Amino acid sequence: MSDMTDHATKGRLLGRSKVEDLVIVPLFALVAALILGAVVMVATGVDLATIGRSYVALLQGSVGSVNAISETLTAALPLVLAGLGLALGFRAGLFNIGAEGQVVMGGLAAVVAGVALGDLPAVIALPGAILAGAVTGAFYAGIAGWLRAATGAHEVISTIMLNLISYRLLDYLLRTPLIQKEGRADPISKSVPEVAELPRLLTFLDPNLRLHAGIFLTLAMVALAYWLLFRSKLGFEFRASGENAVAARFAGMNASLTIVLAMAIAGALAGIAGANQTLGVLGRATPGFSAGIGFDAIAVALLGRSHPVGVLFAGVLFGALEAGGRQMQVDAGVSIDLIGIIQSLIIVFIAAPLLVKALFPWGFRRDQTKEGGS
Amino acid sequence: MSVLLDKARQRQTRISGAILIGLGVLLAVFMAPDATGVATFRLSRPTDVWPVPNLVVPGGPFIYVISALLAFLGVRLFLRGGAKWASMILGIGLAIAVAAFLVWATAGKSFSLTGMLQATLVRAVPIALGGLAGVLSERVAVVNIGIEGMLLAGAFTGALVGSLAGGIAGLVAAVAVGGMFGFILAALVVTYRMDQIIAGVFINLFVLGLTSYISSQVFQEYRALNNAPVFRTIKIPLLSDVPVIGPVFFNQNIFVYGAFILAGLATYYLFHTRHGLRARAVGEQPRAADTLGINVYRTRYVNVTVAGMVAGFGGAWFTLGSVGRFDEGMTGGRGFIGLAAMIFGRWHPVGALLAALVFGFADSLQQKLALLGTPIPSEFLAMAPYVATIVVVAGVVGRARAPAADGKPYVKE
Repeated sequence: MSDMTDHATKGRLLGRSKVEDLVIVPLFALVAALILGAVVMVATGVDLATIGRSYVALLQGSVGSVNAISETLTAALPLVLAGLGLALGFRAGLFNIGAEGQVVMGGLAAVVAGVALGDLPAVIALPGAILAGAVTGAFYAGIAGWLRAATGAHEVISTIMLNLISYRLLDYLLRTPLIQKEGRADPISKSVPEVAELPRLLTFLDPNLRLHAGIFLTLAMVALAYWLLFRSKLGFEFRASGENAVAARFAGMNASLTIVLAMAIAGALAGIAGANQTLGVLGRATPGFSAGIGFDAIAVALLGRSHPVGVLFAGVLFGALEAGGRQMQVDAGVSIDLIGIIQSLIIVFIAAPLLVKALFPWGFRRDQTKEGGS
Repeated sequence: MSVLLDKARQRQTRISGAILIGLGVLLAVFMAPDATGVATFRLSRPTDVWPVPNLVVPGGPFIYVISALLAFLGVRLFLRGGAKWASMILGIGLAIAVAAFLVWATAGKSFSLTGMLQATLVRAVPIALGGLAGVLSERVAVVNIGIEGMLLAGAFTGALVGSLAGGIAGLVAAVAVGGMFGFILAALVVTYRMDQIIAGVFINLFVLGLTSYISSQVFQEYRALNNAPVFRTIKIPLLSDVPVIGPVFFNQNIFVYGAFILAGLATYYLFHTRHGLRARAVGEQPRAADTLGINVYRTRYVNVTVAGMVAGFGGAWFTLGSVGRFDEGMTGGRGFIGLAAMIFGRWHPVGALLAALVFGFADSLQQKLALLGTPIPSEFLAMAPYVATIVVVAGVVGRARAPAADGKPYVKE
């Protein structure tokens, strides 16, 4: 991958200071994207009062109440989990677009395992179901990794195709007798038994609060990903192959194995994200239950600069946009698809520092390295 | 390095051989005993000017012959690994396996072969145009993951402007908007040196978000804005009366003709004009091209913008060429399949077109098989084009070579 990917995904933007890089740029990107989002609304005939109301609803729906915060975190968890996996891949020089398919397969496997382990106590059933999701996600991503390592097939195309295949596979599997809910003709899975569910945490405040124990799982995975990436030998190999694949090979690292492992670990995290959804939020698998989590996670990983802690914050931001977006749709009647536009604009403002500097020359004064140099 | 490559190639050949043997066994064990009766392929309609008799194939015997042939080819590939004609043998093997499969599915029934071939061309159009857009931009070393978004933008614009001002205006607007997104991609990657893959992902997400937003915000309310006229098929006199070939090639709409003409034009441009030579130089050796006085930045801008226009035209097929109505995310990964067609076609416009026909065939095959009622679940048939893409990308990479500077930003000194 090119030098610019390094800048965009690995946390260095043309010699800016750390504070500017980690706080001001993302903040600027968010504000600029919201302003352009308003421009889009104006262009589609939404009047100013409604635009104001929709952004108020966006704020209220994301952080305005206990319920809003619970919704924000609930939406953020799978994004963080899948984003962590993608971030690991980016660090290893792999552009994995396949988190969506891995979420689908992992989520479905977690349901199947949860149902199968339904008679056992929760200490076995819940970890078993999550583990099934992780292993299935890892396996599914491992296909793309193996194809890349063995034949050189570019992971961008193979993972996209695996995404499309996973949707069809889900539709098919949901109708098989082992998985389909008894007595139903439509594609819907059996419900996850209570022992395999991720328990809700805030029901003592209000039974409708959906925040669940997946938050501990997510935080643990953030720590694990940090350890893996920056404290373990494997993570060093990932980063070395990502920075300079040739040098890594001459240093005696097994390039094929690194690719397959990086993809498999990314897939495991995406699979856990899927399990997090089916075991914690939905309680079953239905067609399209992945709801684009895998694609949003790409933006989350980029926004978080492929750093586990950055991914955590970026995921919370995107979770807030999603939760707020739902409120916006209800309160102001503005389609939630607007959030997709805002998210894509955030990516472009993060990943194209030169563009930002060209648009706002007075904003970012520091420029220590020569322009365009690495 | 070359030893490594040879080893990899040998392994690939062995895998190919194993696949062919496996297919042969599969056909002989599961399909041949099942295929009772004859398979009737209709080649023309009774109303045609020159009707031709149906093609009748005895099911079981045909499949046994094919499976024996497959086993022979597979063993040959496996044992003599790395042979010169390996990819061609694999291609032939897969083709006859598909023929046998078709006979199995049709055994005891009848099936319009001409109709399926006609649908093949129609369904190949967006893939071919997407692949062509990929060729044009990758030849100047800009990786264009954003083709999917450009197709979607073309589809959307075609529906919107087509509903307001008629089909021709819709088509022109779709091309213009495709070109605009090509220009945006060029600006992001050339001038602002954004990572090419991230820029492409941005274009895809942005177009998906914008078109879905307008579709649910505006089209839901004003349905008249999303009701465009559809281009009818144009019958080419005399040629369209030739049996089989006529209906397949000469009774299609402007998108099919356009794809063929554009592939020809692009070949002429890239390989027979001065500008094409310059474009390829920029893709292979931008530094040297710059030294010789070629404006690298402008060449990339022009080519990527034209690529966007081609993709916009291909996108209009989804609305103006088929249903006249825009649906959210209706391109369904065709842009990415187009990129696979580009790789399969070895970065050559005609190659990309031929590869797109293979994908179009897989696409129309799954659709027709669903009608024939095979025991294979429809979801698996629907996966066929995607699986084919993976097989192709895995099978031919390493044999085909991308432009040398592909994906690398160029910084003028």
